[in-house]
Formats: sequence, structure tokens, C-alpha cells
Amino acid sequence: MTSPSDTSRQGGARVTRRGLLKGSAASGVAAIGSYRAEAQAADETPGGETVDVTLTINGREQAFSLDARTTLLDLLREEQDLTGTKVGCNHGQCGACTVLLDGTRINSCLTLAAMADGSEVTTIEGLGTPDELHPMQQAFIENDGFQCGYCTPGQIMSAVGLVAEGHAGDEAEIREYMSGNLCRCGAYKGIVEAIRQARDETRERMEAT
Amino acid sequence: MRPFSYQRPASADEAVAVVEPMGVAGQGGAFLAGGTTVIDLMKLHVVTPPSLTDLRGLGLDTIEEGDDGRLEVGARVTMAQAAEHPAFRDRAPVLSDALWKAASPQLRNVATLGGNVLQRTRCPYFRDNVSPCNKRDPGSGCAAIDGFNRLLAVLGTSEQCIASYAGDWANALILFDATVLTQTGDGGREIPFADLHVPPTDDPARETILADDELILGYRLTIPDWARRSVYVKARDRESYAFALASAAVALDMDGDTVREARIGLGGVATVPWRARETEEWLAGKTLDEDTALEAGRIAFDGAQGYGHNDFKIPLGRNTVAKGLLDAAGRDLTEEAQQ
Repeated sequence: MTSPSDTSRQGGARVTRRGLLKGSAASGVAAIGSYRAEAQAADETPGGETVDVTLTINGREQAFSLDARTTLLDLLREEQDLTGTKVGCNHGQCGACTVLLDGTRINSCLTLAAMADGSEVTTIEGLGTPDELHPMQQAFIENDGFQCGYCTPGQIMSAVGLVAEGHAGDEAEIREYMSGNLCRCGAYKGIVEAIRQARDETRERMEAT
Repeated sequence: MRPFSYQRPASADEAVAVVEPMGVAGQGGAFLAGGTTVIDLMKLHVVTPPSLTDLRGLGLDTIEEGDDGRLEVGARVTMAQAAEHPAFRDRAPVLSDALWKAASPQLRNVATLGGNVLQRTRCPYFRDNVSPCNKRDPGSGCAAIDGFNRLLAVLGTSEQCIASYAGDWANALILFDATVLTQTGDGGREIPFADLHVPPTDDPARETILADDELILGYRLTIPDWARRSVYVKARDRESYAFALASAAVALDMDGDTVREARIGLGGVATVPWRARETEEWLAGKTLDEDTALEAGRIAFDGAQGYGHNDFKIPLGRNTVAKGLLDAAGRDLTEEAQQ
């Protein structure tokens, strides 16, 4: 009962980098294609139980029938094409897969989709839109909170969770409570500045209302 | 991950009835709470449970405060919830510090206190799923004793295993004479927390005294008034989000500069959560100054054995105990009470 992916998120008929890569793997790049097929066969041994899971992903409730082994990360990326959430270490050590589960930041790589049954998931795609960025997204841009960008969706989701938790105090506290998100480019200085800016804007907005 | 079946019972009675026998060495069934250990190890094929029994329908997610400092803590309270709870944060900071200094915020938001005390070692030979390891593959030997053992234990080791216990909170919980409330198909029992973990003597694969279907429901402990004077000092390779190389959980009952009672737990250096009882006895009645604190550290590591790469943990551990004692003594209770 897997839902079809939301085509609008893939940019309709536009050629996207991901679409191109997917096409290449299927048609031309035999080595990569066969490696992937073998890896899947090894990990899709018969006997995996199917479980029914209902999730509200970025505001839209959906029902799935999944191999019990499916992580929330795999569901988002492979079933939903929500590829903003990244695979990094896949073991809860780097934070690239951070999403909000019922408003709380978690590592989606260490969470089975079945464990999240009935929950609300927010990914980077559900945070803002290209025309109306979330204040945290805008702050990352304005403060150079990234270089290559791979860890950035996880950093931003973690930062949104951090502000909600009330631990975005001084720089030392922000650094301590962002320790679950690694950045190999070393953009930490800009990340901290971005979080302070977004935190202050959030505070001002709350005081104004 | 290997295939597994997934079940979600609605009660503890049902959970212990349906769980597959857990056995040892991760080949049997498993309870699933936050999943941060078991799913990690399932991806590595270090554990291969044929079924997971998800505990999310069981509740067990509150901290109840009774009279005279008594607490009853549910096994499904998350590390993040517990770290913020006033019963820990204000009355026994060591129990809060040990939590927020562990793991990452994302992990603490899902990892539970029941699973936390059962987390597995970070020994690289246990996790690589290839090397000889008596904990993962009983009888195969220990690659760590003569291998890269920098992270491993110097206390409570054996010729079969030197894997260090990786957790932090257990080293603080053990100070408070806590008990573990459990349930099996035959009913419930209450186990002294200090008896839960088993040092790796004959069978390193058996890490606790829990039975094949035994579920941790929660903990009972009593926090004395003076436990506000407590700290968790954690020495590690990076400032945050790293396992302890050496840690000290310290709570002090002081009369001026004189120690009435000291309680000391050690982490990162031992095979199980470690209470330094001989050091505690030696400290009673002593005037606490830097010399006393350093001598206490020396006593705490009497009998410690290094294995080469981890020899540095003995002096590091001694100094961590000394710092813990001095930091705890220096906690200004009046100032903290006003915060």
C-alpha cells in the first residue's frame, strides 16, 4: 500500500541531479548497478515480516505496508523520495539523518518505521518552502552555516529541535547540545551564529504575539 | 539487518509472555525500547534477534516522587526526560550530569533508562563481527587483550574479556543503593542494582543476571538530602558526545571540611558499573583536601591492571576520582539552591 511519491517534490519533468543518477545506475553504469542489486539481495533475505504503519509526514497522513526492517530514514528517502534527509554513518553517530518525530529531534537511521507508527514526522522538506524559508534555514544562509551542504538538513532539523528544547543559550551550550551533528567542512562557527540568530528571532516573534 | 518479526504487546504481562527467549550473545529475542543499541548492532549483524518485542505500549514513562527522597523511575523514561527532571537535576546532580554528558541529544531523546543500563560494550573487536570475542562468540577467545585495547577496562577484567562497560548513568545510579524492578512470566522481583551486572569471568556473553524473559520495569532509589553535593566528571577524547575514557560519579556528605560519607562510582575503566567501596570507607572521617583526594584516587585503582594501550587509564582514573571529590566538595549548595 505504498503511496506513490509526490512528483511535485521531484520538480515534475525537470531533470534533477538525483533523477539523472538514478537513471544512470539503472541503464548504464553496470558495476554500480550490480553491486547495488547484490547488496539488496543480501539484505532482503526472504522471511522478513511485513508490518502496517501509518505516519503523518510533513502534514500528510499516509499508510504503508513495509518490511519490518525498514528504518524511518529508508522510508523517507526510498519510499517517499524525501531525499533532503541524508544517510551519513547510518549508525546514529553523525546526525545527517536528523528529523523531528512528534516535534522532537531524533536519528531516523536508528528508528524503525514501525516504532514511529502513529507519529508525526517533519523533514527538511516540511520546514519551509523555497519562497518562504524557515527562519533557521534563512539564518544558515545568512551566517555561512555550511560549505558542501551534506550535513545541513540534519543540522537545521537538529537546530530547530534544540531551540524548542530550550538549550540554545550561550555558545558553549549550543555547541554541547549540537554535538550530535558532525560537519566535516568544519562550518561550526557559522552554525552557532545561525542558531543564535534564529533563536533570537523566534523569541522576538513569541514576545510579539 | 537480518529478517525479524516485530510485535507490539499492550502490557508488561503480555510482553514477557510473547518475547522469544533472549539467551546470551544476542542470538535470541530482544525487547525494543529506544532501539539505539539494538538497531545499531543489528545493522552490524553483531546481534541477530529473530524477533523484536516493542515496549512502546507499556507506559512505564514517569518518575514518581515519594517521601524521604524516595523515587520510582519508569524504565521507558528517556535519558533526555530524566536529565531535565528536578528530582535528579536539583536533588542529585550526578544523576542528571551523567545523562546529559552521555550520547547526543538525538539519542537521548529516544534512548530509555531501561535500555541504558543494558547498553553493550564499545570494544572494537566485539563490534567488528570478525575477530575472536568471547562476548559475541563464546569460546572464540579475546582479540583485545593483546590487541588495540586503548578504550578497554583496567578493573574487573579476566583472561576471557576486558571489554569496558560503556554507560554513564549506571555509574551514578549505583551510588544510591538502587533496586531494579523486573517482571518475568513467573512474576516480579526486585534486584539490587549493584547485582544486576556480572563481571566477565567464565562467560563474558552473560552480562546480567536477568532471565531469558525478564523485563526491566523501572528503578527504586532513595536520594539523601546531601546528594545535592554530587558531580559526574567525565574524561574523554573530545569535549562532547564521546564515551568515557575514565569517569567518576561522586556524592559527598560533608561536615565542614570533614567527610561524613563519600560515595564513588567509576566508569570507562571497568567491565561493569563500579562502586569504589574501599575508597569510600577510607575517606570517612578524613579532612578533604587535594592530598586526600589524590590518595583516594590511588586507592580506587588498587588492583587495576593495564593491558598496554590502556595503561594510561590508571593515572587518568586516579586523577578523575580526585577531581570528582574536589568538585563535589566545592559545589556551593546555597547558590545552587537559589537557581
